Formats: sequence, C-alpha cells, structure tokens
Amino acid sequence: MTARDLIPIAVLTVLAALLPLVVTSSPVLNFLVFMLIVALGAQGWNILGGFGGQFSFGHAAFFGTGAYVTAILQLRFGVNAWAGLVLATLAGAAVGWAIGFLSFRSGLRGSYFALVTLAFAEVFRILANAASVTGGAAGLLIKLDVHPANLQFGDRAVFYWLVLALVAAVLLLTRWIQRSRFGAQLVAVRENEDAAKALGVNSLTVKLRAIALSGGVTALSGCLYAQYFLYVDANIAYGSWISVELLLAPIIGGVGTVFGPVVGALTLHGLGEVAKQFAGRIPGIDLIVFGGVLVLAVAFARGGILGLLERVRDRGRGMMARGPKEVSHADR
Amino acid sequence: MLTVDGVSKRFGGLMAVDSATLSLQSGGITGLIGPNGAGKTTLFSMISGFVAPTDGRIRFEGADITAEEPHRRAERGIGRTFQIVQPFAGLTVCENIAVGAYLRHAKRADATAKAREVAHRVGLGAELDRPAGGLTVAGRKRLELARALATEPKLLLLDEVLAGLNPSEIRDIIPVIRGIRDEGVTILMIEHVMQAVMNLCERVYVLAQGRMIAEGPPAVVCADTRVIEAYLGHGAAARLKAEGAAHG
Repeated sequence: MTARDLIPIAVLTVLAALLPLVVTSSPVLNFLVFMLIVALGAQGWNILGGFGGQFSFGHAAFFGTGAYVTAILQLRFGVNAWAGLVLATLAGAAVGWAIGFLSFRSGLRGSYFALVTLAFAEVFRILANAASVTGGAAGLLIKLDVHPANLQFGDRAVFYWLVLALVAAVLLLTRWIQRSRFGAQLVAVRENEDAAKALGVNSLTVKLRAIALSGGVTALSGCLYAQYFLYVDANIAYGSWISVELLLAPIIGGVGTVFGPVVGALTLHGLGEVAKQFAGRIPGIDLIVFGGVLVLAVAFARGGILGLLERVRDRGRGMMARGPKEVSHADR
Repeated sequence: MLTVDGVSKRFGGLMAVDSATLSLQSGGITGLIGPNGAGKTTLFSMISGFVAPTDGRIRFEGADITAEEPHRRAERGIGRTFQIVQPFAGLTVCENIAVGAYLRHAKRADATAKAREVAHRVGLGAELDRPAGGLTVAGRKRLELARALATEPKLLLLDEVLAGLNPSEIRDIIPVIRGIRDEGVTILMIEHVMQAVMNLCERVYVLAQGRMIAEGPPAVVCADTRVIEAYLGHGAAARLKAEGAAHG
C-alpha cells in the first residue's frame, strides 16, 4: 500500500473523529453511532459480496451471532466485554467459514447462494427465539455497569470513537485486500471463476477466506450493536432488516469499493433521518426513502454513488472512452 | 512430459472422447486438429482439469494428475487458454494478466511488473490500462495468451487462439507463439487455421469423432487417407487422387 492509498482513509477518519467536539446532542450521536455500526456490518458484507461477487441475503446470521455471543458470554459465563468482542468476532468468522464450506463446496453460486444464506439466517432467528440460552423471545439484557472495562462509557462520544476506529481499521483491511494477491484472486473469482481456476486460483479457499473475514467483520458490528443498546433479541439480531441494511449500503454507495459501504450507510440513514424530521408522522417513511434511493441507484448509478462520481469525473476529463459498464474497480 | 493414456469421456450416450492417447516430449509445438465436434476441446479440458475423464490416465512429468483440481495443475505448470475468451471484463488488461502472474509472484509490485513484461511480449503494451471488456477480438485473444503466459507454464494449451482473427492479425501473432516455444515452453495447440498448423507445428495429432486417427509431421498427416476422409467424407481421398491424376 502506498501513501496515496492511505491518505484518504486517514483524512476522513480524523475529520469524523472531530465531529463529537462540535456536535454534543445525544440523539445526533446516537444516530451517528448506529450509522457507523451499520457501515461496519456493510463493510463486512462488501468483502464477500463486493469483492467476491457472492451476494449474501443473510448477513444477519453473522450480525446476530456477534450480538448473541458477546451477550451470552457476559451474562452466562461472566466473560469480560472486551474479550467478548474478540470472541464474538472469531465466532462470526467461524460461522462464516462453516456456511461457506457447506455452500461453496456444493458449488452454490448466484441466487442459490443468496437463498441459502437467507435460510441460514432464518434458521438462526427461529432457534434463537426458541432456545433458553438466548433468552427465548424475551431476549437478553446486558447488565448496565458503566465502566470502560465493561465496554460501557458514560460519554457517548467515546463509543463513537471506538466504532469509528474499527470502521477505519476495516477501511485499511479493505484497502489491503484491494492491493493484495488475495484481493486480485477474489475479484478474479467474481469476474470469471473458470478463468481464475485456469490461472491457478484455488477458488474454494479464496471464497472461504472471504466469507470468514466477512462474517468476522459483520459479527463485530453485531457485537457493538448489542454493547451499545445493551439488549438483543432474535428479531433484532437475526432479523431480515439487518440483512437488507447490510447489502443496501454497499449497493447504494458502490459495490466492491473501499468507501462504498460507509458512503452508502451515511446516505441511506442521513436521508432516512431527514425524512423522519419532515414527515415523522408517516410510519416507515425512512424505509420508503431507502426503497426510492435503491431504485434510483439501480436505474442511474450501477456502480453506486462512488461509481457515479467517478463517471462524472471521467466525463469532466473528456475520457469517455470507458463505457459505464467498463469502469475499473481498481482505483475506487 | 505429458502422457494421455487411453482417456475417454462420455456425456450420457455420447462418447465425446474415446480412449485417446497422446504423448508430448518437452519442447516444440504440437498441433491437435480434427473436424468440428471431434472432441478436441473436451480433451483439453481433461488435460487442464476442468472435465474429469470417464476412463484413462493423465500423467504430467511423471506424476498422475488425472484427479487433480485445475488450480493444482496450473501450479504444476500447465497453462491453458479458452476457445471462448473469458476475460475478467471489469478489470484492466494489466490487472487481468496480473491474476496469472500472482501464481508465482506473491507481491503486487512483482506481479504487476511480470504482467507488464508479458503484455509487451504479446503486443498488448499499449492497452495495459484499458478495461479488458473494451478490447477487440484480436486483443482478447492476445489477453488469453498473456494471462496463461503470466503463470509461467511449462506446458501451454492453446485452444484456437487464431480463430476469428484476420490474416494480418494471424501473421502478427505467429511470431509471438514461436517466441514462446523458443523460450522452452512446450505448446499443444488446437487449431483450424491450417496455414498456421503447417507453419508452426512439428507434429500433429488428428482427432475425429473422439478417436485419435493419425499422428505425425503435418505434411504427412494431411496426405493421410483417413484424415482427408474425416474432414471431407467417405471416398473423398480416392476422388481427390483421381482428380489429381486427371489434372496432372
């Protein structure tokens, strides 16, 4: 990775880190933390879906695993919350690897893979709703005990900085993927699996690594969610709402790009909040906005917002030799 | 170097390849010709690991590779191109070739350098940063060749790299293939362009209806009665001979 790869990440992280010094209202900070948690989960989805081309409709399976693992470890086994964070991430990676092993080994691709992931998430949801270890339908309350050692902070800004630091870390991870042999092979598998195999790419291993990384990152976001709201139940953790959120953000922002998931999450939730401010009495107005933005993105910005910006920039330079479908994924 | 021993492939009721046997010494260019549907590409797919043979053994440098995955065979040094070109359309030419180069070079800088070198060798030096989806047919054929070369193969399987090219493009690419051979890469090529086969190949195998019907130097094979009849139908060889005598 060169300085040119790292500077944008550093600049944006520093700017975002300064935000709590200006904004002190709790609702706004709440919104920012939630938005960043979604962005982090979406970054996880993007590793598998964006770079690997394996569209999952069930990333709730990882998000929920992260949330439940940390909650159960703390409540039932008295494990420290920070250790819970690490173990939840590892559990997400393990679940990812297992789901990947079962589906990729049987050669599932495209819509079949999407359906299988959806099924896994639903099975987890039903099991979590029924089992006693997960608190059944009542869910689990993480004990309120504000202390940095418990990953609970008196000041919301501290949690914001923590999530931001993790988002920045995954931005770096994604940039590394983009510049590495692993990333090149992953993208090759996305573009044409047979051609990749002929060039010596072990497509099964590459996809398993991607889904394990993806599951780990998304589980981390689920763990942070549980830790911030101190509550988790089956419909929050394994609900299809989060699967949809995690795939919408990268698609809106720019699939297979480093910043796409963050840009998408910010755009979606930003617009959703604005809509709620103006038409808060209409229930579900933010979801209507999500739908509208998705339609616009699919119709007019195939590469998401970042893809659109790049095309505008290219057009500005008079470089229309590249058609919209031929835009390289490398520079974004 | 490569031994294909009595290999067969059955697709349902169709015997696509019927106990074909072929053996390659290190170095040189060998041709694999035959009428359409003879099973040439299926044989290639079995050698490169994309199709599992129903019967028979494939050996590469002494090792039995019959059941090995395609990527393992690429690691061993078997490179292939696809008859229907398979570019990574969303990537640039350089990135496409780098995927192949990453097989032997773990670092990005090394893989990119290798990709650039290979691109210049096959005449894609000017297109390095173009998206692969925007290349012409000739460009895509060169890209197939470049990607396979970037894996630094010992044996290169070329599946109709000249098909769809015009005569001047063929003239441009023949020296490239010869150059690859001169560097010590063994080449097995499926080809319909007979001018190129005659020009390039030291030996030719002829496959017809799944069976290996002839082998030898191209000039000898092309005069073989069975080969002529495989292409032109039963009795064609005798007719040609009679016509030749009449005109002579």
